[in-house]
Amino acid sequence: MILGTPAARHALLERSKTVAMVGASANPLRPSYTVFSYLRTQGRFEVTPINPTIASIDGVPAYPSLAAYAAERGAPDIVDVFRRPSEVLDLTREAIAAGAKAIWFQYGVINQEAIELADRAGLDVVVDRCIKVESARFNGGLATNGLNSGLISSRRRT
Amino acid sequence: MQDRRFGFATRAIHAGTPPDPVTGSRVMPLYQTAAYVFGSTEQAAELFQLRSYGHIYSRISNPTVAAFEERMASLEGGLGAVAFSSGLAAQLGVVLALAQNGDHLVCSQNIYGGTVTQFTVLLKRLGIATTFVPADDHAAIAAAIKPQTKLLFAETIGNPGGTVADLDALSSIAHAAGIPLVVDNTFASPYLCRPMEHGADIVTHSATKFISGHGTVIGGVVIESGTFPWDGGRFPLLSQPSPGYHDKVFTETFGEYAFLMRLRAEVLRDVGAQMAPMDAWLLLLGLETLPIRMDGHVRNARAIAEFLSKRPEVEWVSYPGFAAHPQHALAQKYLPRGAGSIFTFGIRGGREAGRAFIDALELWSHLANVGDMKSLVIHPASTTHSQLGDDEMRKAGVAPESIRLSVGLEDVEDLTWDLDNALKAAVPAPETTPA
Repeated sequence: MILGTPAARHALLERSKTVAMVGASANPLRPSYTVFSYLRTQGRFEVTPINPTIASIDGVPAYPSLAAYAAERGAPDIVDVFRRPSEVLDLTREAIAAGAKAIWFQYGVINQEAIELADRAGLDVVVDRCIKVESARFNGGLATNGLNSGLISSRRRT
Repeated sequence: MQDRRFGFATRAIHAGTPPDPVTGSRVMPLYQTAAYVFGSTEQAAELFQLRSYGHIYSRISNPTVAAFEERMASLEGGLGAVAFSSGLAAQLGVVLALAQNGDHLVCSQNIYGGTVTQFTVLLKRLGIATTFVPADDHAAIAAAIKPQTKLLFAETIGNPGGTVADLDALSSIAHAAGIPLVVDNTFASPYLCRPMEHGADIVTHSATKFISGHGTVIGGVVIESGTFPWDGGRFPLLSQPSPGYHDKVFTETFGEYAFLMRLRAEVLRDVGAQMAPMDAWLLLLGLETLPIRMDGHVRNARAIAEFLSKRPEVEWVSYPGFAAHPQHALAQKYLPRGAGSIFTFGIRGGREAGRAFIDALELWSHLANVGDMKSLVIHPASTTHSQLGDDEMRKAGVAPESIRLSVGLEDVEDLTWDLDNALKAAVPAPETTPA
């Protein structure tokens, strides 16, 4: 299912624990490193780099492929994708084969064929969103920067 | 959580201010602090590298100010907001986020005199040139846009002439040329008009006016839509490595948040024109009553405009709510709930009669501000627009006999009683010829 609403994305993040981040970079200037580092230091998720060109990021060992990750760690709750749109169709097939419950396409990673493939295979799909931004929307991080979380509530949260 | 699109009044009261998770305080606490203790050296490093969200130092962000920013973003329909110490600081922030030495702006000429001075004197000294064009001359606006132009600037309701900007047309012109439309929405407030619904990319406010509503605070705010394509190459300050921030490329790292992040992390940080927490706290309180205040303002303004239009001492009334106003159709389109409560009229007898009128008022406050609960009056030619030459003043829609009113929320009968007395004192009754 394509998750088009904030409530659906919130529910996905709430029920997920493991994130396999495809294309995570060890270069601190890259957006993918920023997202990796945020998710790791928040401590909410077990985040793992999937990248055949690096051994680890900040001490977290990387796996060369989703298949290698799944063989050792089991199916990931979310496959988070930092790759060119033209390269994600095969990757989506790998995510489905690895038993991923959801696939998350980051900003600009829009490939209609891959989206439809994942949707038909029963994965939850998020498109053109940042997992860091969406996490921050629901944990209060966005609000610290004056960003519109869209949340209205008079319930006390702890 | 549930998916619901809450109404304007609900968001004016709630957006940005859920109950305090620590104490349960239902009102947003006033976080009157300069700095914030880090949890660890690792967390401090993450914050400084903009990899995690949190507060470092109140020049860059503060929880009470952030609540005000989020509420303004919600009310204008934007992605986020950055508050500044004043409206002028806010619009300077927008310019500094997008333009540098050698760049160029196109600006409506029907705007606040202080903005004209900021652009023509201060920005010119910094090497940023501005071309002023009439807000309603769309061909001239399109012709004025050059390759170095970084933005088109206009006011929803021009100060003080009441020129209503055709926002749909202006945003089409700007977008066709690859630049954002920046709209100052101070005179309308988001209750009367939301420029982003008509294609504006950035909205600025002097929060001092209707947002405060009580004349207690000097403040400003910038709201951005998050939909403008900053990565096309025309805005290197956003799309090239930034030497001011570890060579970060804001468009790559922050996606739709690129403009807002640079505005805060570089411009606000380096300019130091941040909003004070106490001011944000007062503005949050003011916003809660924005819808009911604006309904009252537009109701009283119409009554006062109608009163003045029937007076023999009054030569003209420039109120966009009247059918005869040149922008009446635009006012009906963009300001369906009412054309604001700030307008001008001309008194018979010119400059001298204008002075006598103002000196004779008892209830109306003679001061340089607008958008207060209290009714306000000023003579722009000798005050707010006095830095402008006669030509510039006429271009901005200010005549020597113009008197600007900001109609407040007192009883209309008391306001007209005062106007009646002052008009009689300022303009001698015409001699009646014996039959």
